[in-house]
Amino acid sequence: MSLLTPDTGLLFWMTLSFGIVFFILAKYGFPIINRAIEKRNQYINDSLEAAREAETRLAALHSESEALLEQARKERNLLLQEAQEMKKKIISEARETAEAEARLQIEKATIEIEETKKRALGEIRGQIAEISVAIAGKVLGSKLESSEQQNRLIDRLLDDELIPKN
Amino acid sequence: MILKNNILRLGILLLVVVLFTPSARAAEDFNVKETVFEHIGDAYSWHIATIADTEISIHLPVIVKGKDSGWQVFSSSRLEQGAEYKGYRIAQEGDYKGKIVERNHTGLETRPVIDISITKNVLGLWINCIVLLLIILPVARWYKQHTFEPPKGFRGAVETLMLDVQDELIKPCIGDDYKRYTPFLLTAFFFIFVNNLMGLIPFFPGGTNITGNITITLFLAVCTFLIVNISGTKEYWKEIFWPEVPSWLKVPVPFMPVIELFGVFTKPFALMIRLFANIMAGHSVIISLVCVIFITVSMGVGINIGMSAVSVVFTIFMYFIELLVAYIQAYVFTLLSAVFIGLAKVKHD
Repeated sequence: MSLLTPDTGLLFWMTLSFGIVFFILAKYGFPIINRAIEKRNQYINDSLEAAREAETRLAALHSESEALLEQARKERNLLLQEAQEMKKKIISEARETAEAEARLQIEKATIEIEETKKRALGEIRGQIAEISVAIAGKVLGSKLESSEQQNRLIDRLLDDELIPKN
Repeated sequence: MILKNNILRLGILLLVVVLFTPSARAAEDFNVKETVFEHIGDAYSWHIATIADTEISIHLPVIVKGKDSGWQVFSSSRLEQGAEYKGYRIAQEGDYKGKIVERNHTGLETRPVIDISITKNVLGLWINCIVLLLIILPVARWYKQHTFEPPKGFRGAVETLMLDVQDELIKPCIGDDYKRYTPFLLTAFFFIFVNNLMGLIPFFPGGTNITGNITITLFLAVCTFLIVNISGTKEYWKEIFWPEVPSWLKVPVPFMPVIELFGVFTKPFALMIRLFANIMAGHSVIISLVCVIFITVSMGVGINIGMSAVSVVFTIFMYFIELLVAYIQAYVFTLLSAVFIGLAKVKHD
């Protein structure tokens, strides 16, 4: 067979075969691969876009959280300061209360002492009166009736002479 | 170490080849030209191998329509060694050498009116078409099911090839409207590429010289020609029939229009010849180099072994070049087709 003359039989089969192959590939081959690749590229682009967006959002969030943290820190400092003041105040108040209490106690004690003293003096006066009466009776030789009048006399005498009542 | 081993193995292989080649046959009736033409040409049966005088070949159906006898379908085994069957035989010499001829009542030998026999090239073409479909379609199906997954291995290779041709070649050459032409150009690219590669496989089912056959390249070039001229814009036709040159080149004798019109046909013609010649030449060179082994058998064992080694080395070298050529020619055909389409779609602002 000559190399340079086209053969009609082969041309016929070539037309048929290439036609079929072209039809199949143009319908079920290349466009499908192409479409898939395009979709994939779109998907990759979208994903990249989303990732970039997420990144910026994350950065914004980060700065936001930083600000929150800063604010929290400030608030904490404020609270601490307040607590410090409160502590001081409480302590000083407690001290004042304690002082007042102590003063009150001392006053009470003083009063009690005073009263006890008075009472003791009263008793002493009584005994002294009795002793005085007894002494006076012995001295006078006559038994004085321990009446109300006598007692009052003695009291007056004592007041004037010996120990003031209060 | 590995290299040494390989050299040793190669030596043993060559020795085996030399020892087992029937030297008498090889020395006397070995015809290089015939062997080369048998390999690059077409035939009615597919000769696979000859083992100890037994020919292993596929007898393909002959489908002819004669002037008198009408449609005939029979196996080509009936026409072996010049045998005649129903008035048909394979011409052994003359203009129709190697083709089926019909002997009419006057004894004259003519070609049948229609000869669409399934020849070796047709079968090879079909096998290669099936290989092409088996490469692309499963990949396409995978892409349909796994749209958002990255392809690996073979699919990745197909995608790389496809995108390379599409984005680096078709898109810049044609421009905006490239999507209409990608199916044809991609099909042409992969068709030529697969056929080129299959042609490099030295045994069945490869080894057929499809893209090195002028009929095939003619068909592809005609496709390009039709697409180019159908998609030609008004400016394209104006540039052919009324190019912007001095008027005396156009009237009264239309030099430039004739030249331009001639160019319309030479472009696809060059496409046809380029692909055909490259692939055919590659096959011829490789087969000729292999033939050196058989030619030098009669020159003695020493020369034969030496030349065999040289032949194998050169054949390996040629095979690498042919692998390159297989891609380059597919690429060039697609590139030029795309360029011609792009030129036909020219628009002036």
